[in-house]
Amino acid sequence: MTGFWTLFGKEVLRFWKVIMQTVAAPVLTALLYLLVFSHALQGRVEVYPGIAYSAFLIPGLAMMSVLQNAFANSSSSLIQSKITGNIVFSLLAPLSNLEFFAAYLLAAMLRGVIVGLGVLAVGAVFADLGLAHPVWVLVWLLIAAAAFAAVGILAGIWADKFDHLSGVQNFVILPLTFLSGVFYSIHSLPPFWLAVSHANPVFYMIDGFRYGFFGVGDVSPWLGLAVALPFTLTLCGIAWLMIARGYKLRG
Amino acid sequence: MTAAALEVRGLEKHYPGTARGAVHALRGVDLRVEPGEFFALLGPNGAGKTTLINILAGLVHASAGQAFVQGFDVRRDYREARGHLGVVPQELVFDPFFNVREALRLQSGYFGLRNNDAWIDELLERLGLTANAGTNMRRLSGGMKRRVLVAQALVHKPPVIILDEPTAGVDVELRQSLWAFVRELNGQGHTILLTTHYLEEAESLCQRVAVLKEGRIVALAKTGELLSGAASLEQAFMRILSNEASQ
Repeated sequence: MTGFWTLFGKEVLRFWKVIMQTVAAPVLTALLYLLVFSHALQGRVEVYPGIAYSAFLIPGLAMMSVLQNAFANSSSSLIQSKITGNIVFSLLAPLSNLEFFAAYLLAAMLRGVIVGLGVLAVGAVFADLGLAHPVWVLVWLLIAAAAFAAVGILAGIWADKFDHLSGVQNFVILPLTFLSGVFYSIHSLPPFWLAVSHANPVFYMIDGFRYGFFGVGDVSPWLGLAVALPFTLTLCGIAWLMIARGYKLRG
Repeated sequence: MTAAALEVRGLEKHYPGTARGAVHALRGVDLRVEPGEFFALLGPNGAGKTTLINILAGLVHASAGQAFVQGFDVRRDYREARGHLGVVPQELVFDPFFNVREALRLQSGYFGLRNNDAWIDELLERLGLTANAGTNMRRLSGGMKRRVLVAQALVHKPPVIILDEPTAGVDVELRQSLWAFVRELNGQGHTILLTTHYLEEAESLCQRVAVLKEGRIVALAKTGELLSGAASLEQAFMRILSNEASQ
């Protein structure tokens, strides 16, 4: 296990050494969203009875930050290592495929969770969040971080240049997160977009996470779990398989 | 029969879909390097040397054939094979996030070694890196980065060491100190596979030489045998290549 812990530690150090860019900046970005949207919509929108719009918004912003930063960590680390060539140091080592996969996954999850908790901590200054079901909060934090850490591994391995990665980030990750109910309840949408939102696994992650704080959501968290857990396990399985086969890693 | 330090059987490698069309980099290569040998793998650019090394190191998968390190199949027993091998890659690669000591500690950890500082200190000393132990990799000169690559390949004291053009672009002082160190490792029983374009280095260091051309072994003999009738290994090498070209 020393090999695994070393690679995991290296991946954590990698983002920790540039913490302003990898943790502080995304927390600040989420805070700006919170200030702008809550200032514009506070008092005009009440998604759930008795819950202020700023309180409704914070778990969504935190989850969006978890997803984006978990993805960014594994994808950017892999593509940088591939392009600079220093990925050979871990590829030459007797690490198992599972150790390699787990180290990148868990380090990316850790960054996503740290940023998510940072957004919640800053958000708690502005609104009373409550904590109706802490276990659901934890479950959704881990599932969402794992899913997008795995997407990051897939994209980081698949991409040949930063432009490819930027394409995934802007044309897949961003629409999935913005069209998932971060800023609104999907029940406020027209029927077509309501149906589209139900096909978006990120919607269940954000809705389930919010349920953990307020005890209310658009759908049952159990239904969400039935969608999001197989989705996450499938992504993890594909990422592990790509590593095991050496796809774009071992010529 | 004792397992070879390095062995390849019927090794083939095709690279499909490059700009120049498909490349047939290795064409049925058979080779056996015995334990404790200092072996040179020579050939012109594009002969397939680095592809062969990368297959042994597990960085590239062969299209056909098998490769073994100390008897371990590089695909089936990949962890054992990699654990017995140290590779100095040809490219000058480094991780800009870390300093020299951190890079060596990480490499030790990847190979399952904790508390490896005594050996790391010795490597730093032997490779003239002690004063740069705390320097970020980005700030090192090309020659210093090359030294770190050598140290990274040796952190786990591998019984088999592959040096892929380790002295390309480095000064005389490093060459001398590197070869003294590598000779010492070979004397202790480490097997060395060297690729280089400085043929005088191969001539003075290696007991056997293989010449690879267009993915095929075109000569394999003891260094002395290859030198018979030639003033130097370079002359013998040129003769082999021109004979091949005329056939």
